[in-house]
Amino acid sequence: MNPLQKVAAIILCMILVLIVLATILVPTPYARQFRDVPNAGPSIAHPLGTDALGRDFLSRLLYGTRVSLLLAPAAALLSTVIAASLGSAAGFLGGWFESIVLAATDLSLALPWLFLLLTVRAMLPLDVPPMASVIIAFLIMGLLGWQASVRVICATARGVRDSDFLLLARSSGCKPARLLLRHVAPNLRPLFYAQFWISIPLFILTEANLSILGLGVMEPMPSWGNLLRGFEDFPALAAAPWRLVPLILLVTVVMCFQLVLPSQEVTQ
Amino acid sequence: MMRRACIVFAFALVLCWPFLVSAESASQSGGELHFCLRGEPKTFNPLLVEEDASETVRYLTGGVLIRLNRQTQALEPGLAVSWKVSEEGRKISFRLRSGLHFSDGTPFTSEDVAYTMKALMDPQLHSPTGDSFRSDEGQVIVQTPSTDAVVVIFPAPVAGLERLFDQVAILSAHSPKKEMAVLGPFYVADYAPGSHILLRRNTNYWKKDKEGKPLPYLDSIRLDIQRNRDVELLRFRRGEIHLINVLDAEYFDRLQKETPAATHDAGPGLDSEFLWFNQVPTAPVAETKRAWFRSTEFRKAVSMAINRADLSRIVFGGHAQPAFGPVSPANHFWFNSSLSVPQYDSAAALRLLTQAGFRHEGGTLSDSSGNRVEFTVITNSGNKSREQMVTMIQQDLSQIGIKVNLVTLDFPSLIERITRTYDYEACLLGLVNTDLDPNSQMNVWLSSAENHQWNPKQSKPATVWEAELDRLMLSQASTISDKKRKADWDRVQQIVAEQQPFIYLVNKHAMSAISPAVVGSSPSVLDPHAFWNVEILCLGSDPSMGAKK
Repeated sequence: MNPLQKVAAIILCMILVLIVLATILVPTPYARQFRDVPNAGPSIAHPLGTDALGRDFLSRLLYGTRVSLLLAPAAALLSTVIAASLGSAAGFLGGWFESIVLAATDLSLALPWLFLLLTVRAMLPLDVPPMASVIIAFLIMGLLGWQASVRVICATARGVRDSDFLLLARSSGCKPARLLLRHVAPNLRPLFYAQFWISIPLFILTEANLSILGLGVMEPMPSWGNLLRGFEDFPALAAAPWRLVPLILLVTVVMCFQLVLPSQEVTQ
Repeated sequence: MMRRACIVFAFALVLCWPFLVSAESASQSGGELHFCLRGEPKTFNPLLVEEDASETVRYLTGGVLIRLNRQTQALEPGLAVSWKVSEEGRKISFRLRSGLHFSDGTPFTSEDVAYTMKALMDPQLHSPTGDSFRSDEGQVIVQTPSTDAVVVIFPAPVAGLERLFDQVAILSAHSPKKEMAVLGPFYVADYAPGSHILLRRNTNYWKKDKEGKPLPYLDSIRLDIQRNRDVELLRFRRGEIHLINVLDAEYFDRLQKETPAATHDAGPGLDSEFLWFNQVPTAPVAETKRAWFRSTEFRKAVSMAINRADLSRIVFGGHAQPAFGPVSPANHFWFNSSLSVPQYDSAAALRLLTQAGFRHEGGTLSDSSGNRVEFTVITNSGNKSREQMVTMIQQDLSQIGIKVNLVTLDFPSLIERITRTYDYEACLLGLVNTDLDPNSQMNVWLSSAENHQWNPKQSKPATVWEAELDRLMLSQASTISDKKRKADWDRVQQIVAEQQPFIYLVNKHAMSAISPAVVGSSPSVLDPHAFWNVEILCLGSDPSMGAKK
């Protein structure tokens, strides 16, 4: 780990500590509206001011960070597991199975994802509590976000398939399932990790985009996405620069994740 | 010396002549007004208009027999000098202005009115404007006793008959240009789909100002097709367009900070925002919840527990007024001012719920069977003010122990749920109202109507009060006595206030932005807010805002 990676890791750890201790650090509930002070500037009671409905901005930021940072890795894990299973099996087995998996991947990459997400969201039941809607939103993202990784993993698995050590294992009577689990998958593990780390910022940004469209995390639950919606009023933002904190945090976290990520040479 | 001075003067005059001429013509010219349409007009046929963009073109180009003054809300003579309604609202006789011509020079006579009325009432045409005139089965008879007299006889009385003619732009019976020959202040000179519509002054327009000068003052109007409101605002800031007809509170506040002189708040408009509960018997809603939604006490308690003043102040920045009924106070004649204004009172709401059998324990409200009172409100995604309203309602209702969830859906999905599948519990939406007359709300209050949202398309009224609403609406629609109609409509408003099928939240203010360069503007609460008096608008010399003359 180089010094820059260490700094990034420390920043990520600090943010993690902050969101875990959010309840202690900011006793104000994130949904409580102080209607006498909407759009207020920083004060002792509200260190980062209040939003348009008078809710404490710091509290919403910390809880929003918690939601985005806990669920994005979960979605990334889900999508990586799907991509790892399909990609490594397709690359290892080859033939018609590989063709079908790659064709399905190409097909799903060609789909208009925004409209698909809109449709999926519209088909879901309405009477779900906010936390459940958050989990559903990330679950959908996880289930639908595996395609790019599949192609990379499949290509690498194809290379492993023709390697000498696999030929040796096959000639010594190893069954295909064992070959895949004990010989192919461990060789692809660095790639799985890389895909997982790459996916996290991707899902954070996807959630932010969906929330800007009003389709991500539902009010009153905060997330980075719905905190970033305040950026629509750019002139107001110039007058209240402390509102930029969610954006700074998002950029910092995404950068830290990218820095912490092992470099391509190492993963290969 | 004198001769030399004269020569120099003459030479100077010759040099300056083009500039003097242009300056003179500029002082007579009204310039070109620029503003945006928020969509492509679907038609230029004034009888087929059903959306905002086409309506704007119709308003600017169409000549009508009777015009509703958007400021005084009174009817004024247009192409008809006078009119008389008789036979209990079945018959209307017009005396037309003589010597008028369409924009292409075709003479205007009673034949044109007869032609327009026949086309309007033709069932094959499916004219949305014509639907308002359909009172009963049977033919509409149009008589033309002379070139300046027309009599229209309907099969049954039509309530508010003369007001409906404000929407009927007269077509030419003989012009080869068909609907492009107009009697309004402007005509369509150029249309580039997806880009703009250019309207030029109709030199044959009949109206003159007090000094006898022909109207309109403006030479032309350029309507740029622009769906994106942020871009529209940006263009206004840059001075590329002169006005924004409808402005949201958020945009209004942004603009007011920069150029207070350009923003206009005409006060409460006709548009309302409201919440309703799904009471459709066949809807896939839990039976316990349906029982709450059908309870008048429950709906009234929810209504009482919502702090409308806070909604107006916080969500709309004070550019809205708490609403309590289907008619805005902006509608001077039809608003029932005798209704008492209910106050925000969560304690009274809780008492009402307790009387209705609900229990409030530990900050949670439960019904008599012990089910926690919780429901989901849907609204359209991307509408920030509606999302904020629901979020505020969440906190208001949590004080009486009700848990509210918010789900935003894209508009087609939302419409699908509220009109076809009925798979929702409560919905928050708005109603854009452009007509003052209660007849325009027939499709809302009749129990058989499609827009009777809480329980639409009923074969027979589900409740006694809905039966009374039906009777009152039909009664007011079948009489021409404004006094009788007002009494019926007042009673409708009273029933709605008592039963709260729609929980009205706010009436948004009618806000617009008009460049100080536009002379003669006087924004109204009725649409079109910013250019209802387009005939007398012209561009002044203020270079600070607005497109260059």
